[in-house]
Amino acid sequence: MVKGTTMKETGVLVKDMKVSNAMRVFRGVNLVFLLVVVFLTLYPFLNIIAQSFSSEGFINAGQVNLFPKGFNTETYRLILADSSFWRNYGNTVLYTVVATAISMVLTTSFAYAIAKKDLKGRSVFIGIAVFTMFFNGGLIPNYVLITSLGMRDTLWAVVLPNAISVFNLLIMKSFFENMPRELEEAAAIDGLTQYGVLFKVVLPLSKAIVATMVLFYAVANWNSWFQAFLYLDNPDLFPVTIYLRNMIAGVTTAGSAGGTAENVGQIAANIQSVTIVLTVIPILCVYPFVQKYFFSGVMLGSVKE
Amino acid sequence: MAMRLEVPPEAATTEPAKRTDKPKNKPGSWKLAIKRDWRLYTLVLLPLAYFAVFRYLPMAGNVIAFRQFQPGGSIFGEKWVGLKYVTLFINDSSFWQAFQNTIVLGVLTLLFCFPMPIIFALMLNELRSQKFKKFVQTVAYLPHFMSVVIIAGMILQNFSMTGTVNQIANTVFGSTVNFTQDAAWFRPMYISSEVWQTMGWGAILYLAALTRVDESLYEAARIDGANRWQQTWHVTLPAIRPTIITLLILNIGTFMAVGFEKILLIYNPLNYETSDVISTYLYRVGLESSNFSYAAAIGMFESVIGLTLILSANALSKRLAGTSLW
Repeated sequence: MVKGTTMKETGVLVKDMKVSNAMRVFRGVNLVFLLVVVFLTLYPFLNIIAQSFSSEGFINAGQVNLFPKGFNTETYRLILADSSFWRNYGNTVLYTVVATAISMVLTTSFAYAIAKKDLKGRSVFIGIAVFTMFFNGGLIPNYVLITSLGMRDTLWAVVLPNAISVFNLLIMKSFFENMPRELEEAAAIDGLTQYGVLFKVVLPLSKAIVATMVLFYAVANWNSWFQAFLYLDNPDLFPVTIYLRNMIAGVTTAGSAGGTAENVGQIAANIQSVTIVLTVIPILCVYPFVQKYFFSGVMLGSVKE
Repeated sequence: MAMRLEVPPEAATTEPAKRTDKPKNKPGSWKLAIKRDWRLYTLVLLPLAYFAVFRYLPMAGNVIAFRQFQPGGSIFGEKWVGLKYVTLFINDSSFWQAFQNTIVLGVLTLLFCFPMPIIFALMLNELRSQKFKKFVQTVAYLPHFMSVVIIAGMILQNFSMTGTVNQIANTVFGSTVNFTQDAAWFRPMYISSEVWQTMGWGAILYLAALTRVDESLYEAARIDGANRWQQTWHVTLPAIRPTIITLLILNIGTFMAVGFEKILLIYNPLNYETSDVISTYLYRVGLESSNFSYAAAIGMFESVIGLTLILSANALSKRLAGTSLW
C-alpha cells in the first residue's frame, strides 16, 4: 500500500509546526481509540473464557472479569463427558458439510450460467434471484411449506431452505464475468463443450473464489440454529447451537423466576461459558488463517474495473 | 471509479424483462439459443427449481393471510375469509406495540450502527503501520463470525446481575440494574451489542473502497494547501460516497427485519414492552399459538413495508445523489 509512505512524506513536507503537532495529537488519539476498540471487542471472549474456568461462588459474587477465579475444570469434564453434546457436535459437522456441498453445486452452476452475457433469458434468471433479496415469503409460509413437504425432523429441513445465498451468487457471478473471454473461446475452439470449459478451464482457475465461497457457506452453516430450532424436535438431531440455545433459554427462565433461582442461573452461567468456549474453538482455530479469504471475497464481489 | 456492491446495476434493471422477453424476440430464437446453449440451461435447472420451491412458493403461500388455514391441510389454505386477519391485527394493541418497537429499534440501529463502520474505516485508514492495521482489522471482524446463539449468550452474561456491566455499575454508582429484565434497558443493551457485532465487519466495504482512492487526488489537494482534515472531507469522503449510499439503501431495506434471531434469544416476557418487534410477535402468534393465518397477515404487512422502504430509498437516492442500486 502506497498510502503509508506518502503520509510519512507529508509529515516532513509540512513546515508549519502547529499542524504537525495537531497531527501528532490526532494520531495518538486515533491509536488509543483503536486500542480501546480492540479491547472491547475481545473482552466478552476473555470474560467467557475466564468464567468457564471459574467456580460458581466467584461468578455468583460478580467477581469474575478478565481472569478465572477459583480455578475449576470440573465443568469442562462434565460437558465433555456428555454424550448428547458430542452427538450434537457431530450433527453440526454433518449439516455443515452436506449443506455447504449442496450450496456450492447450486451456486456455482447458476453463477456460471448467468455470467454468460449472451445467454438468452439471462436477465430473467438474474431477476428471479435478485428479487428474493428484497422480498421473501416470510416465516409462516416457509414453515407451512417445509412442514407439508414432510421435512420435519430430517436433515433436509436444515440444509435445503437456505441453500443459495444470492449475495454469494452475485459475488461468484461477477468473478466469472471478469474472467478473460479468450480463455474460454480458445478452449471451445479446441473442442471442449460448455461442461468441459467449466470443469477443465474455469473451475481450476477459480480456486480462490471457490475457497472463499466454501468458507462463507461453511461458517454460515456452522453458526446457524434457527432452521434446526424450527424443524427439529428430536434431540438426537440437534446441532450444537441448539444444545447451547437450550442452555441459555434455561438460564433465562431460572433468572426470571427470581430469588433463589438466581443461584441456578449462575451455576448455569459457568456451564454456559464452557459450552460457548467449546463451540467457538473450531472457529477461533481456523479464523486467523481464513479471514483474509473473506476479505478478498468481499473485494472480488465489490470491485468492478 | 465504478463500484459494484451486492447488486450489480444490470441485475436489477432487468426485472421487468420478465414480461417483455418472449414476445419481443423473433420466433425461433429460443430454439436456436437452446440448441447452442442447452448445456448452460441444464446448469440453471436445479437452482431455478430451488428458487421456485423455497423462495417463490412461500411468497405465494402468503395467500393464507386471506384464507382459513388448517394445520396439515393445503399450504394455500382452505377457504377465503377476506380481510378478516388484516382487520384483526389492525385492532390488536400488541401488534402496534411491536410495530412501534420495530420502528424505534430500526431508527436507533440506523443512527448508531450505520455511521460507526464509516468512522472506524476512516480511522483505520489513518494508521501508518500496516501491521497494526491488519491486527485491528482481524480482531474487529471476529464477532461477525460468531453464531448469534453465542452472541446472545455473551450478552446475557455480560449484562446479568453479576456480569461485567453490573460490576462496573456497582463500582461507579454503588448499585446494580437488572439489565436483562428491565424493559427500560433493553434498547441500550440491544444497540450496544449490535454496534459491537457489526462495527468491524461493516467497515470492510469502506476499506475496500478506500484502497481504490486515487493517490494523485491527495497529492493535488496537498498542493492546494489542504490539511489532513480537509483532505478527508474533500477527497476521501466523496470517494466512498457511492459505497455509503449503497449500504444506506440496503440498511433501510432491512429496517423492518431488525435482528429477529438475536431478539428472540435475548428477550423475555418482562421486557416485551420494549423488546417485542413485529417478527418476534408474529413468531409467537404463528408458531407458539398456531394462528398461522393471522401471523401470515402480519408477516405480509412487514414484507410489503420492507419492499416499499427499499424501493423508495433507492428512488430517492437516485434523484438526490445520482447513485442507486438499479
